[in-house]
Amino acid sequence: MEYFLTEQQKTIKGLARRIAEERILPVRAELDETEEFPWGVIKDLADSDMFRVFIPEEYEGLGGGCFELCLVIEELSRVCSGIAVSYAASALGPLTLLEYGTEAQKQKYLPDIASGKKLTAFALTEATAGSDASAIRTTAERVGGGYVLNGTKQFITNGGEAELYTVIVLTDKTRGARGASAFLVEKDTPGFSFGKKERKMGIRASSTRELIFRNCLVPEENMIGKPGMGFIMTMKLLDRSRPGIGAQAVGLAQGALEAAVDYTRQRIQFGQPLISLPVVQDILADMAIRVEAARALVYAAARTIDSGAKSFTEESAMAKVFASDTAMKVTTDAVQVCGGAGYMRDYPVEKMMRDAKITQIYEGSNQVLRNAIAFELRKRKARRE
Amino acid sequence: MNVAVCLKQVPGTTKVQIDPQTNTLIRQGIENIINPFDTYALEEGVRIKERYGGKVTVISMGPPQAEEALREAISLGADEAILLSDNAFAGADTWATSYTLAWAIGKRGQYDLVICGRQTIDGDTGQVGPELAEMLGIPFVAYISQIEETSNKRMRVKRMVEDGYEIIETPLPAVVSVVKEINVPRLPSLRGLVKAKSAVILVWTAEELGVDKNMVGLSGSFTRVIKVFFPQRVRRGEILRGELASQVDSLIDRLRDTKLI
Repeated sequence: MEYFLTEQQKTIKGLARRIAEERILPVRAELDETEEFPWGVIKDLADSDMFRVFIPEEYEGLGGGCFELCLVIEELSRVCSGIAVSYAASALGPLTLLEYGTEAQKQKYLPDIASGKKLTAFALTEATAGSDASAIRTTAERVGGGYVLNGTKQFITNGGEAELYTVIVLTDKTRGARGASAFLVEKDTPGFSFGKKERKMGIRASSTRELIFRNCLVPEENMIGKPGMGFIMTMKLLDRSRPGIGAQAVGLAQGALEAAVDYTRQRIQFGQPLISLPVVQDILADMAIRVEAARALVYAAARTIDSGAKSFTEESAMAKVFASDTAMKVTTDAVQVCGGAGYMRDYPVEKMMRDAKITQIYEGSNQVLRNAIAFELRKRKARRE
Repeated sequence: MNVAVCLKQVPGTTKVQIDPQTNTLIRQGIENIINPFDTYALEEGVRIKERYGGKVTVISMGPPQAEEALREAISLGADEAILLSDNAFAGADTWATSYTLAWAIGKRGQYDLVICGRQTIDGDTGQVGPELAEMLGIPFVAYISQIEETSNKRMRVKRMVEDGYEIIETPLPAVVSVVKEINVPRLPSLRGLVKAKSAVILVWTAEELGVDKNMVGLSGSFTRVIKVFFPQRVRRGEILRGELASQVDSLIDRLRDTKLI
């Protein structure tokens, strides 16, 4: 399908594919097994300017937007979405700064993020607050010279590995979601430590950890945006980042489709390659249709965001839901057509199936996002649009 | 430190056919790449620049399309690229190639170090590096796997030999050839690719180089390719019969005859 990429977008996509095939492919199975953080690949991504893609030129970036970010995530995920998510998660931090940070904050942090010197993480989820993000309990109490943070964040991607953490906490416990604020916390801040590293079903090369704050003093200038705006900012940011998860799902599904085609061309049963059997062709064709449809939707949502649209909750939710459901279906079918071999760890498709599941869960579960889409439908009807 | 890296564009496959009429490689329809050994030379040059400052110049002799290889070198960190391209350079053997490269390096000015790959994957001779050093009148160290120490005036390197390695100290300027163990070449960067697209590649003809046309290309070559062919591989088995002792004796005789023992 022709998506009319610019020369620069083609260059970005091409280089991301090269990194995936030359640097990620040789290590993906091992990292999945050992659950080690892919520092080698992160360095390659940094050296190749991949962290510059989504940062404006005035902060030493390349000036791309959501669409360029999606192209990179898709290509990396085609080979290993476990490694891709460490990259993708690193986009949320700078996005917060770009949208709501002060000029001083941008100058201070963005160039190091662009060069890949500092990896970032975004911390919202807590034991009591998953889909109900407003139920967070971590607090920030105002003292002389800043705020003191107390509480524990859970399931934080890049936890323990990132240098910079965007943390959503309550600055006013009495106001619930309207009392939430965002802070930038540096790794070595006293009172900030890391809890257990989670053992996951998929995306095992990524790091998922608890962040523990015990009387952690954060200077006032590290607050991002205004006090009380933390929750609203987060919801808007997630609208902006969600197509990235869609792109992750598309890449994953694309990788599974290619693996399935390769295998069914080589596997001989009943005296012919599996791909000659109509029943297999049927499955492969449906896989291909779904992948392409998901890609088109993700690209369209990303381009909507980059066009400067004001509200895109619906579009980005649709892209994420459809692409992640596609990834789950397509990777499951890939395991099916690869049969017993596909179920074995010697082949890549079982890992892809394990990796796919999380895309339906994180950055807004597909159920919560369907709610959001339905809510927008009702709103629009009420406005008689 | 100013570093010159010599590189060559070669066919990106080992399955090249040979034209039986002209005895040259059939290059049509074959993707060209930077000679893999030269990518290690380039990477080492760029690392030296990053550590000590200075500039990396890549130099190649070849047809106009070799410009692609030089652009790629710029995306990988080279600062300047020179292509030596002229019909007069065609058909050069290693001597004439080295002569042309030496002339270009001399013309460009002061280099502290010249780095070459150990050999090309098409010609496979490994002669250009040492010939170049000889013509420039500076020392040559082959097969280096590590640069241990560098100062303005000298450099200590680890050099691979058949059964181990040697540590050699050489005055600078010098020519070295590198083996693949020396580093892992980086991938291009996006900024590098953008820079490479608009970079100016200097193209020098024989005239601009100011070189005597009789000393370059086919006319400057001491060797001629008479014939290129795939050697016939003959496999032969022989079964020794008779008493075991005499079988052993005749086996030993044969091993001695073929100088295997």
